[in-house]
Amino acid sequence: MQINEIQDELIEDFAFYQDWMEKYEYIIQLGKEVPLIEEQYKTEEYIIKGCQSKVWLFPELKDGKIYFTADSDAIITKGLVSLMVKVLSGQTPQDIAKADLYFIDQIGLKEHLSPTRANGLLSMVKQMKLYAIALQAAS
Amino acid sequence: MNTKEILKAINIEKIRADFPILQREVNGKPLVYFDNGATTQKPKQVIDAVAHYYEQMNSNVHRGVHYLSQISTDAFEVTRRKLQAFIHAEHEHEVIITKGTTESINMVATCYGRKFIGEGDEIIVSAMEHHSNIVPWQMLCDEKGCVLKVIPMNDRGELDLDVYKSLFSSKTKIATFTYVSNALGTINPVKEMIDIAHEHQVPVLLDAAQAVQHMAVDVQALDVDFLVFSGHKMYGPTGVGVLYGKEALLNAMPPYQGGGDMIKEVSFEKTTYNELPFKFEAGTPNIEAGICLGEAIDYLNELGLEQIKAYEDELLAYATAELSQVEGVRFIGTAAQKSSVISFVVDGTHPYDIGVILDKLGIAVRTGHHCAQPVMERFGIPGTVRMSLAMYNTKAEVDTLVEGLKRALKMLL
Repeated sequence: MQINEIQDELIEDFAFYQDWMEKYEYIIQLGKEVPLIEEQYKTEEYIIKGCQSKVWLFPELKDGKIYFTADSDAIITKGLVSLMVKVLSGQTPQDIAKADLYFIDQIGLKEHLSPTRANGLLSMVKQMKLYAIALQAAS
Repeated sequence: MNTKEILKAINIEKIRADFPILQREVNGKPLVYFDNGATTQKPKQVIDAVAHYYEQMNSNVHRGVHYLSQISTDAFEVTRRKLQAFIHAEHEHEVIITKGTTESINMVATCYGRKFIGEGDEIIVSAMEHHSNIVPWQMLCDEKGCVLKVIPMNDRGELDLDVYKSLFSSKTKIATFTYVSNALGTINPVKEMIDIAHEHQVPVLLDAAQAVQHMAVDVQALDVDFLVFSGHKMYGPTGVGVLYGKEALLNAMPPYQGGGDMIKEVSFEKTTYNELPFKFEAGTPNIEAGICLGEAIDYLNELGLEQIKAYEDELLAYATAELSQVEGVRFIGTAAQKSSVISFVVDGTHPYDIGVILDKLGIAVRTGHHCAQPVMERFGIPGTVRMSLAMYNTKAEVDTLVEGLKRALKMLL
């Protein structure tokens, strides 16, 4: 599936949840489904800075596509990184680098995108795009 | 009055009515504000005073002959006298009005350090300091080649006084510690600690940022050499604080910054500095905050710190008891003497997760390391959830927090 198709699907999923509590429960659930980063990569090198909690993100290039694995020591943050992985993993570096992630706003998580938020959603997006640009040059 | 009578006499609903922000909602829920250690809310007396200042008084201080400059200068100096009385300083010129606690500590590290501390000298700090009382001294150490000696603490979050005594040497030039820990709530036995330092002829800087709004502080009774605190944590405006210093020490120190107000005469050949307190108050101060801090002091005095302390202690005991009923809650900081702060973790969750869900319920707490990373490291945790109380908090609000926490844990675990 293309990035925008996945985004649209997520927007539909989230529309199903009426209140914030259900929304967060869904995010927590998504966190449990994140493809987990291998322990050996849970190092300083793969930590995303700018989060109050720790987030590790590891990119791997396979057959021209980037696959992300991740983890966090906070449950909600893990859900947020899982969302991003869901949308961007398995896509080409080109598509990731130019992706317009409109779904974040539409599912009501825009508040989490401000640079001053401690969860680092913005840092996650930035880091994933940086990896894409770096791997694009390498491939 | 005994504690029981005090608690009966205190009218929390009347106090709450003075704080407009407590009437608002957050995320569709009535605000429950438990982040008072970061900053307190302001009573309308302070808020109105800010508007009044700009509408009726605004003018620069200490320089004009005109009417407005005189009334704003007078009002600014009235605050200084209120501060003097508030901390029982011997002289009003021992009260330097600064930007806040951080600036006050930096002033002492810089000015006292510049004059009195050299290579190989030692500075004693405690393990429970927040970054503002660590980093300025580290910067001094980098510049001068002096060394930090750290007073360790036990698992309850109490300083080890035996080790403290053993840290003094002929090279110790200053000792500094907090009165009340912002991350743990520990009240340190500061009088005893000051006396120990003085036995070694070492002056003490006491960080009272988390103390002055909760208990009466008397610099002469404590015989403390420097005392620092912030206006915004004691119901006053942001951007104003205090450095109290003993006259002889302040006179012996060079100025902090050069500029207007801190000089007597300036020529290109030689500048003579102004007298205390102006020597340390270069440039235009935060005038409205300085003036309106006086209102906050009046507010505290009217209620009485003894009453406030009795009420807050009761609330702290209640909150501690209620939170301890929640399964999985582990308190960080269980000192015998505590004030206004409850820090905790719940195994299996990150403080951030709890903070996010409580926020959705309209409850403001702080999560993270509270600008005291060495404290978190000492307890081997990434951070805590911290509820910090003020005099306007209620038992009903504690109940709301406990319910919110239970709800959060149900989602997270």
